[in-house]
Amino acid sequence: MVTKLNEVDCVIIGVGLTGAMLAKEMTMAGLTVVGLERGPDRRPNEEFVLPRIRDELRYQTRMELMADNSVDTVTFRNTSDMTALPIRRWGAFLPGEGVGGTSNHWGGSHWRYLPTDFKIRSVITEKYGARAIPEDMTIQDWPVTYDELEPYYDKFDKLCGVSGKAGNLKGQKIEGGNIFEGPRSDEYPSKPLKSSAGALMVAEAAKSLGYHPFPAPFAAPSAPYTNIYGVTLGACEYCGFCGRNSCEANAKASGTINVMPVLRNEPKFQLRTHAFASKLNYDRQAKRVTSVFYTDMNTGEEYEQPANIVILAGFVFTNTQMLLHSGIGQPYDPRTGRGLVGKNYCYQFEAPATAFFENKNLSPFMGAPGDAVVFDDFNGESFDHTGLGFFGGGYVRAGSGASPPIGGRDVPPETPSWGSKWKAETVKWYYGVVDFNTQGSVYANRANYMDLDPTYKDSLGRPLIRMTYNGTENDHKMSAYLLTKVEACIKAMNPSVYEVRPRPKMFTVVPYQSTHNTGGTMMGSTPGNSVVNRYQQAWDAHNLFIMGASTFPQQPGYNPTGTLGALAYWSVDKIKSSYLNNPGPLVQA
Amino acid sequence: MAEIKLPRREFLKGAGVAGASAAAAVSGLAACTPEAATTASNAPAAAPQARLVITPEEEAFFSAAVDTMIPADQLSPSGTDCGCVTFIDRQLASAWGGGAKMYRAGPYLKGTPEQGYQLPLTPHQFFVAGIRAANAWSQKTYNKSFDLLSPEQRAEALTAMQEGKAEFDAFESRLFFQRLLQITMEGFFSDPIYGGNRNKASWRMLGYPGLPATYADKIDEYRDKRYVVAEPLSIADFS
Repeated sequence: MVTKLNEVDCVIIGVGLTGAMLAKEMTMAGLTVVGLERGPDRRPNEEFVLPRIRDELRYQTRMELMADNSVDTVTFRNTSDMTALPIRRWGAFLPGEGVGGTSNHWGGSHWRYLPTDFKIRSVITEKYGARAIPEDMTIQDWPVTYDELEPYYDKFDKLCGVSGKAGNLKGQKIEGGNIFEGPRSDEYPSKPLKSSAGALMVAEAAKSLGYHPFPAPFAAPSAPYTNIYGVTLGACEYCGFCGRNSCEANAKASGTINVMPVLRNEPKFQLRTHAFASKLNYDRQAKRVTSVFYTDMNTGEEYEQPANIVILAGFVFTNTQMLLHSGIGQPYDPRTGRGLVGKNYCYQFEAPATAFFENKNLSPFMGAPGDAVVFDDFNGESFDHTGLGFFGGGYVRAGSGASPPIGGRDVPPETPSWGSKWKAETVKWYYGVVDFNTQGSVYANRANYMDLDPTYKDSLGRPLIRMTYNGTENDHKMSAYLLTKVEACIKAMNPSVYEVRPRPKMFTVVPYQSTHNTGGTMMGSTPGNSVVNRYQQAWDAHNLFIMGASTFPQQPGYNPTGTLGALAYWSVDKIKSSYLNNPGPLVQA
Repeated sequence: MAEIKLPRREFLKGAGVAGASAAAAVSGLAACTPEAATTASNAPAAAPQARLVITPEEEAFFSAAVDTMIPADQLSPSGTDCGCVTFIDRQLASAWGGGAKMYRAGPYLKGTPEQGYQLPLTPHQFFVAGIRAANAWSQKTYNKSFDLLSPEQRAEALTAMQEGKAEFDAFESRLFFQRLLQITMEGFFSDPIYGGNRNKASWRMLGYPGLPATYADKIDEYRDKRYVVAEPLSIADFS
């Protein structure tokens, strides 16, 4: 039934951005690597080209690049006393599939976490006292510091050709950049994008309030750039089609554009698409994973791929689900607080606002995520939380443009949604919209987690992953606080009309909010508080490494991709320098 | 912004705090370029189309609905003249309409609104069932099917569905309305390659230039200055 294949040095599950990066690095170290990708190959020269790429219905509305829910999905419930039901078509978040994974269609917001984010439990305890952190807030320090990760953040920046403006270069604060960020060893690889008209209006208002606006860092260069693997990237075209879509200009960073052109030519790498990994073959005594089972989704045939090193590089749900299916680690139980696989699931806390201006020409169709401005004065521990009743924070991002017409037609509150009045209002405000968004932190809670669903199955007959999640009082207070800062900024701009939209108390999987899911295979300092160690090596299987945001203990108030990329490079560096010569635990339990 | 824009009404509606400082009265055509309005009103009516999957009853319903949602006025031709019914027919006949990439296994429980769509119906089946229910309700309420109502009655009926006040036997009329509005707007605003947005009527109305959408050399010049093209371009214009 199952065909056993010849052993290779390394097998990687998921050829998204991190999977492709890891494959490239491992082949550079001389290893033979097989990449198992359950989706199709993605061929930018044929698919991501004019004119077909500018198809809002296909890519943005019908979600061409997203994972196929008929093959695999997630079940959801707000609380553990409810029955979870399947997400039948994606809504709140949009995992991708195929070579390049979610990086093909991300928005390109490229961030580092604050130095204090990595030791958040210690910092809060030190600043606000030993009893400040609520009992059900299960945050913990990361087992790695900002300073340790900095060289790898820098390397990842130079893979992606990130555009932006440093605000802290080797400890020197620079006006015009983000003065709250940790020290950078180098400037951004590419200059910031030109700011949109709306972004400049926001920057002026933010400055008048004493905040520190700067251009949004963006994982696409503003001028052609050759990355660390010798791949030449194009410059951003401000096309307005970025979110949910790939890049016709070869500018927005993805596994497909930034790594695959050189990885495809690597003789030591073998890409297997439509290869749906189902289970890790776990040797409990030896504490090793000996092989990976997968199904060829073209033929239905099952295969076993033995390997010396196994790298799990799927989305948050895939990584957690794979450990649970394979019997690696103890599933988390919210009643007892015991078990670690599935623990500390977090979902980014975003909340928007819109301001409407008459007689403006804000060219709503032009633009890119990098033409927005951000102020970051209220993130993490960059501000004092005494008396606020919450911990955490986030950044405020705003601008105009980058919205094709099916999705990008804001009208003021109380406007009818159809008929002649709606049409007139749509036309009237089309050129006058400035959008705001708050990118809020999520400080893990005991009640929010992932486990296997008791009822619903995927197309291979495996239980689906089940998420149990609701926003916490802490995070709602944090978000409401950020929105007061947004509202102050909007008022300073004196719009004709505006609307601030707080998050509803009950989390819903229906409208799109954010694809920033984290946790489930969290990293930590001991096997007692984590699934993987500081090198993302599983405590229970020394040849298993887990990459991606599933290893985050909680979610700071920034987009996760910058940090998951840095962690991947940090880990593979250790694999190459230590593990290959001396396979075994890299951190003693 | 959340990287990806959505129609504002779809996002977390109901929890919003409106802060209207001075909601100005509608000034109608203020933002509409003269050539756009002229082109729109002079556009010839759409010729009858062969249909792929919708029945005559469904076509009559969709035509009445899209013309109520998108009436002909100075800004654009009607929904049917913009090809919205052709668009809907083709979408319901497409892989998407047949439920491709949709998780369809049971059991089918009702769930909470936060858990999203849980019906076993594909989009095509959903509209078939929804139109049957809407016409049954219309018959009971007005003694006529929806397409035979007067324009005022149609608007009243759609409002009742939008507010969930129309009692459908199949599922909530509010859900049906939301999906009907969504697919109508998709037909109005998408690239004309799908059969809607005929003559790029909605793009002309907005002043949306279409393709190729390469603006790196235009950002500075058109920052708070109207970017006007003689003719919006679509995918077919480049093919």
